[in-house]
Amino acid sequence: MDVKMPKLGESVHEGTIEQWLVKPGDTIEEYDALCEVITDKVTAEVPSTFNGTIKEIVVEAGETVEVGTVICRMEVEGEASEDSNDGTDEQTETEVSQEEQPVKAETPISNEPQEGPMNNGQYSPVVFKLASENNIDLNKVKGTGNLGRVTKKDILNAIENGVSTENTPSKQVDATSEAITENTVQPEPETTSLPGDSIPVNGVRRAIANKMLQSVHEIPHAWMMVEVDATYLVKTRQHHKSSFKQNEGYNLTFFAFFVKAVAEGLKKYPMLNSTWAGDEIKIHKDINISIAVASEDKLYVPVIKNADDKSIKGIAREINDLATRGRQHKLTSQDMQGGTFTVNNTGSFGSVSSMGIINHPQAAILQVESIVKRPVVVNDMIGIRDMVNLSLSIDHRILDGLMAGEFLKYVKERLQSMTIENTSIY
Amino acid sequence: MPKLSYLDAINQAMDQAMEKDNNVFVIGEDVGLKGGVFGATKNLYNKYGEGRVIDSPLAESNIVGASIGAAMMGKRPVSEIQFAEYIVPATNQIINEAAKIRYRSNNDWDCPLTIRSPFGGGIHGALYHSQSIESIFCSTPGLRVVIPSTPYDAKGLLLAAIEDNDPVLYFEHKKAYRLLKEEVPEEYYTVPIDKADVKREGSDITVFTYGLCVNYALQAAEILATEGIDAEIVDLRSLYPLDKETIINCAKKTGKVLVVTEDNLEGSVMSEVSAIIAENCLFDLDAPIARLAGPDVPAMPFSPPMEDFFMMNPVKIEEKMRTLAEF
Repeated sequence: MDVKMPKLGESVHEGTIEQWLVKPGDTIEEYDALCEVITDKVTAEVPSTFNGTIKEIVVEAGETVEVGTVICRMEVEGEASEDSNDGTDEQTETEVSQEEQPVKAETPISNEPQEGPMNNGQYSPVVFKLASENNIDLNKVKGTGNLGRVTKKDILNAIENGVSTENTPSKQVDATSEAITENTVQPEPETTSLPGDSIPVNGVRRAIANKMLQSVHEIPHAWMMVEVDATYLVKTRQHHKSSFKQNEGYNLTFFAFFVKAVAEGLKKYPMLNSTWAGDEIKIHKDINISIAVASEDKLYVPVIKNADDKSIKGIAREINDLATRGRQHKLTSQDMQGGTFTVNNTGSFGSVSSMGIINHPQAAILQVESIVKRPVVVNDMIGIRDMVNLSLSIDHRILDGLMAGEFLKYVKERLQSMTIENTSIY
Repeated sequence: MPKLSYLDAINQAMDQAMEKDNNVFVIGEDVGLKGGVFGATKNLYNKYGEGRVIDSPLAESNIVGASIGAAMMGKRPVSEIQFAEYIVPATNQIINEAAKIRYRSNNDWDCPLTIRSPFGGGIHGALYHSQSIESIFCSTPGLRVVIPSTPYDAKGLLLAAIEDNDPVLYFEHKKAYRLLKEEVPEEYYTVPIDKADVKREGSDITVFTYGLCVNYALQAAEILATEGIDAEIVDLRSLYPLDKETIINCAKKTGKVLVVTEDNLEGSVMSEVSAIIAENCLFDLDAPIARLAGPDVPAMPFSPPMEDFFMMNPVKIEEKMRTLAEF
């Protein structure tokens, strides 16, 4: 019996096996977990639908395959003899499975030069110019143009990814600009002989890398930072802190106040709550704020839905819930979907200034930095105030400095006016 | 916003220009009672009367000559030449008089004249009703030549042409009249008269064209996008003078340039575009500049297969774009 890659949510076309929880020979029961699969940023367990014995694992951990691809084979009770008798079928199946397996670089890398020239030796002016500016040996650049000509894209690709050197002829990825959605995990050939460990990139790390690359490739980022006087905010939070914990059972974090102020800001400046969609800018009606939850080597971005409808307490509860489940790797794909703007609590690890990469396809990301006591000038006198920086990265296709500045100014004013008297937690 | 055809947008522009400025008047063959052979001046006669919507005799040199005189005296004539081919009898007035008035009088006089005329083929119009004659005027300093490719541009460019204080030739693609429709703002607005416009951004190849071919090139680009070819489509809009800055920047961006015109290949406006790119972009080019144009035969034929052979269409453009992308 073949076990296939399941479809784990709409618009999901492929999944990566994070790890196998069973090995060939294991006897399992229906609903036992077979493996962990990652799609986008969610990990899910694939349960067995039969009682039986694992016969063969077809797709190894770390590999990405399309939905519907056979990932392992089981011997189901009462079916065993039939399967093993059918020799011809077996053989064709094995052939198919071999084709499906992405080529892996396990095969020893040969030191022999590649056969034949890499290109046809006819170079256009721009190719010559780029090659000489970047000290690239054109003989080593693979030509994908007509008759093996080196195109401008080939040379740009070579500049970005490097050309083959004598010791390690690298496998040039086809220049079909699919680098971002490249789904096979191809270990880079070792480029140095320096000692050190290498960590295979797969699973969540690979999903994060692809998402970041996509964002940086597609979105022209710009950023700006404002300084906010959070003295009143600190007092307000201090005022409510212990009674809140006592009454509600979880912490009233500063972050909840920031998310609240941002949600109000997005209501007033909806352009920041939008998506670039080629010919148009989609302005979202719902204000769903993604927050980053880091745990060990993984990064989850769950969503606080309709944040503008919620009180500070409501937001605090949701942050607490999402963060707890994130640390336990129990977030579901539902928790991650529908975000329209991201607020990132960089202050929690002590940062005072940072530039966020936008959570594609959103229009902006706000980094909330550490609140630190600093001497500042107030009414021409020097006082000690609780200061915090807010760093905003914007999609410059959608937003200009003016709009971003107005939004930040509004959020800043909201935060600065969060005094004990006029801030309601509930 | 209401959806307007290219033709309705032109009609609305003239209406709004006449409403705004009493000095604007329309003159041409059948523009009055009939409202123009294509209906471009429909309803203007009823609204503004025979004093501002003037049916002229069948004499193009007269239409333009009278308009030049009126323009020099402070009026803003919009002269219609019924088909672009028929502008030739008026070229003496346009090239020797209108274009040179400001220069000859050392700025004492000007000639705020707009000449509208439908050009282009693909409508079974044969010899006298299908030609592209814009290149005749694209080497005469003192003139401006503009061709819109969309209803939005058609309205904004015509209003800008009428506002302009120098003679502007405004050619309209007659096949686009009812073919192209889009949302056009109801209010008065202008489109910059000397700026090319990037109608589609892309990273693999750059296509320069104008008029109806812009729409054809956009159709081709969408098909090629499904094959992973990302084309930039640049609408020249102003054929004379050319927007050199945009042309150079867009050519450098991809290094692969295709120029497309429905006019005959040799000596067309695209020859000048190619020269600008060759002169300024050598070290950024990744392929020879490719040209796609009508053949060098005397006129667009009437016979449908022969007309198809001459006329530009999305398939011809798509094939040429693909070849260039694969180079």
